[in-house]
Amino acid sequence: MRTAIVVIAIAACTALSAQQGPDRSHPPQPGPPPTLKLPAIQKRQLANGLPVWVVERHEVPVAQVNLIVFTGTADDPTGKFGLASLTTAMLEQGAGSRSALEIADAIDFLGADLAAGSGFDASAVRLHVPVARLADAMPIMGDVALRPTFPPDELERLRKQRLTSLLQSRDDPATIGALTFSRVLYGTTHRFGTAAAGTAETIAALSAADLRGLYDSAFRPTNAALLIVGDVTTDKVLPLAESTFGGWQPRGAAAPAPKLPAVQQPARREVYLVDKPGAAQSQIRIGWIGAPRSTPDYFPIQVLNTILGGSFSSRLNMNLREKHGYAYGASSTFDLRAAAGPFVAAAGVQTDKTADALKEFFVELNAIVQPVPADELTRAKNYIALRFPEAFETTGDISRRLEDMLVYHLPEDYFAKYVQNIQAVTAADVQRVAQKYIQPNRFVVVVVGDLKTIEPAVRALNLGTTKVLTVNDVFGPAPAVPSAGQ
Amino acid sequence: MKAAAVFLALVLSSPALAQSPAKSGAPAAPKIEVAYTQFTLPNGLRVILHEDHTVPLVTVNVWYHVGSARERTGRTGFAHLFEHLMFMGSGHVKPGEFDSWLESAGGDNNGSTTNDRTNYWINVPSNALDLALFLESDRMGYLLDTMTPATVDAQRDVVKNERRQSYENRPYGQASIVLTEMLYPQGHPYHWPVIGYMDDLTAASYDDVVAFFKKYYAPSNASLVVAGDFETAAARRLVEKWFGDVKAGAQVEPMTIPGVALVGVQKKTLTDKVQLPRLTIAWLTPPSLAPGDAALDVVGDVLAGGKNSRLYKRLVYDLQIAQSVSAGQNSQALSSYFVVQATPRPGHTLDEIEKIIDEEIAKLQHEPPSQHELDRSLNQIEASFYNRMERVGGFGGVGDQLNSYYTTTGDPDWFNEDLGRYRALSTSDIQAAAAQFLPADRRVELTVVPESSTKK
Repeated sequence: MRTAIVVIAIAACTALSAQQGPDRSHPPQPGPPPTLKLPAIQKRQLANGLPVWVVERHEVPVAQVNLIVFTGTADDPTGKFGLASLTTAMLEQGAGSRSALEIADAIDFLGADLAAGSGFDASAVRLHVPVARLADAMPIMGDVALRPTFPPDELERLRKQRLTSLLQSRDDPATIGALTFSRVLYGTTHRFGTAAAGTAETIAALSAADLRGLYDSAFRPTNAALLIVGDVTTDKVLPLAESTFGGWQPRGAAAPAPKLPAVQQPARREVYLVDKPGAAQSQIRIGWIGAPRSTPDYFPIQVLNTILGGSFSSRLNMNLREKHGYAYGASSTFDLRAAAGPFVAAAGVQTDKTADALKEFFVELNAIVQPVPADELTRAKNYIALRFPEAFETTGDISRRLEDMLVYHLPEDYFAKYVQNIQAVTAADVQRVAQKYIQPNRFVVVVVGDLKTIEPAVRALNLGTTKVLTVNDVFGPAPAVPSAGQ
Repeated sequence: MKAAAVFLALVLSSPALAQSPAKSGAPAAPKIEVAYTQFTLPNGLRVILHEDHTVPLVTVNVWYHVGSARERTGRTGFAHLFEHLMFMGSGHVKPGEFDSWLESAGGDNNGSTTNDRTNYWINVPSNALDLALFLESDRMGYLLDTMTPATVDAQRDVVKNERRQSYENRPYGQASIVLTEMLYPQGHPYHWPVIGYMDDLTAASYDDVVAFFKKYYAPSNASLVVAGDFETAAARRLVEKWFGDVKAGAQVEPMTIPGVALVGVQKKTLTDKVQLPRLTIAWLTPPSLAPGDAALDVVGDVLAGGKNSRLYKRLVYDLQIAQSVSAGQNSQALSSYFVVQATPRPGHTLDEIEKIIDEEIAKLQHEPPSQHELDRSLNQIEASFYNRMERVGGFGGVGDQLNSYYTTTGDPDWFNEDLGRYRALSTSDIQAAAAQFLPADRRVELTVVPESSTKK
């Protein structure tokens, strides 16, 4: 059986000659898994209290430097959705004495990548650079993170760019499906019900004062941390960090942490159809509100999802792709944020098989609450646990792991215990979390497709109350983008 | 064939480089070298081993030197459909076991097909190298033992859905298919899309699978790279053990390629379910690694790489009449093409955009770019060589790059020579490439317009 690990010394295999041919009657059993030497984290602090974590990696002459700020899009106030996203996008559009073009030219000339952006739970300015150019790039990063100037013409430029992007996102069925799903689950007032960039209305209304206000209250050394990973030594890189970020002082008062409104799970199953005339596939999203990152069910959820839709051999993919050929792939995800994000099962399926595919989705969602066979459980746990070293391969990978640790307050021994925590998950744990988080009778079902072809068959499934939404219902009216000169 | 083992030092992370003072301009150029061992098995399989102990992972990477260019009319998309079949089991691996065994060992895998080649990789923790080599060798040697018409049918449906998802149901998705049809004449091996035509996917038969495997999937038409956390001598023994019994096949004859050139300006307009129109202009250009290929990469950067590039700055930044613009050389083995693509903002027209694209290309054709523009591009290219060293497995990892260089040049460690192609460029080379390869009177102009605008 696959659960038994048999150790075979490599030397034993080499006795076979090529002419004879190797024994192919059984797959070779891997020996004991290698242990990942976790990178040592040097934890320091700058004069102003900014925490600095350094990980030395000397294989490739590059460095990754991330300044993390613990305010994200989830903190956007009502009526100003898109604020964090636009604020961080503006950091590179003018900073210190440099214009947007000068920043871009200097960074490009150094062969560096500099990006500022916001996730749900944090924002970041991230620099990746050949280590020989690190000392040249850091002051530019410092300007961008600490001395943004928010030029008015740049704000108008980004506003038009974002309104146009929003207009273009109405073209893509997968984007429509994802936004519809978020909208019907979380509504218009909860931050998770609207795209990170906001709506046409909020993008048009956000002012330079709004951006400065958020910047001043969020970008403070007491609400931030600096991560440095790469071909550096802690002692040599700290003075550079100190000269770049050590003099940083808060500009305004910290804002009180806003609270996301309470949100109700759907009481019963609901179906939402969005018309995309002539579409070759239907984009399907099924699920509800899942769990927060802090859930004690974290490890069983990882195993559950790997079995259900988180790996190639998962049930959803094997059914919809390999068995029926309805889709190029099918998957499921628990989007674990500081506040509970969605659980979603998803696929793009061929139009004429839309109802059949929905049926198969529910076959698998209903079946997952039954006890999981031992070999499937072992495979899923090994897939997660044994692959863990890959998450620490590049400087970017390592910096993201450190970000998770800081943003979600993971314990000191989180990575050291990760593998054993996954391996400790039992079939009973998986069944318990499946029963808790996979309740198909209360799931929201979103289908974006060619309604004249798919609607009768989808309605005939009697999945639940069925509503037809337009793209305008989901996105609001198409944004008016002022053309140049206006 | 190279059979001699060659050891080179990996000097990438030399302290001298790490501590060299970062002056503006190009710093002293470090030499990029990747150590490897190379040998050829009696059945003709070329093998390259590269040790890297950064993390306890190994990657097994195979390139078969066949892509969609080897297909025939009426059976397009076959090389890629075949790629899918390579994951469906083999003589000693039942359907489903390839993935389930790898997942049980903490492994991942994938494959991809282009016009010129098909590649496969398996990433596993270093304790499962034996398993990965067993699986890779079994499908090289014994794929047909478990292949059935039903297997072909199942993946045919999956591939059709891949086509629907990636082209038919994606905004502007049809344009990339039509573009190569316009660039390459009927019968040219780059005329049809790698994904293939729906009718041809329907027509592909089990007999085609057998013939394709026998013709193109012989070990002598493949190269194997094993890279990562292992000892070279032990890995070599494992490779010899698992691949030694794979039978040699017939030699694949080199392709004879019809010469190709554009005559005049060829225009076409497509409609799509999109909000904004899009303009694509394309030229036929020299093959990968041929003279002009590297210079055209820099031409792409000068025109549309970053905020200060000429087209981005004018169209998107200054005038704000375009939402996006891109430009670049699409390098391929037999013939490449250079593409400029732009999407106007609402209220602006393709004609406005095209006029400025033409002006900027003409300017580059008449006057070299500044040294600063060239250096900015070269510094980014050089940095990309380091960035590509950070991952050993998967697409674009060090293992995949060794196989790519081996396939295209015969030398797996061609990193430094590749970078040298760029370092040798002068500003007048960039001007000359733009002048020679981007003529205004011999090109393809493909426009996509919103469906609704044609109904009016």
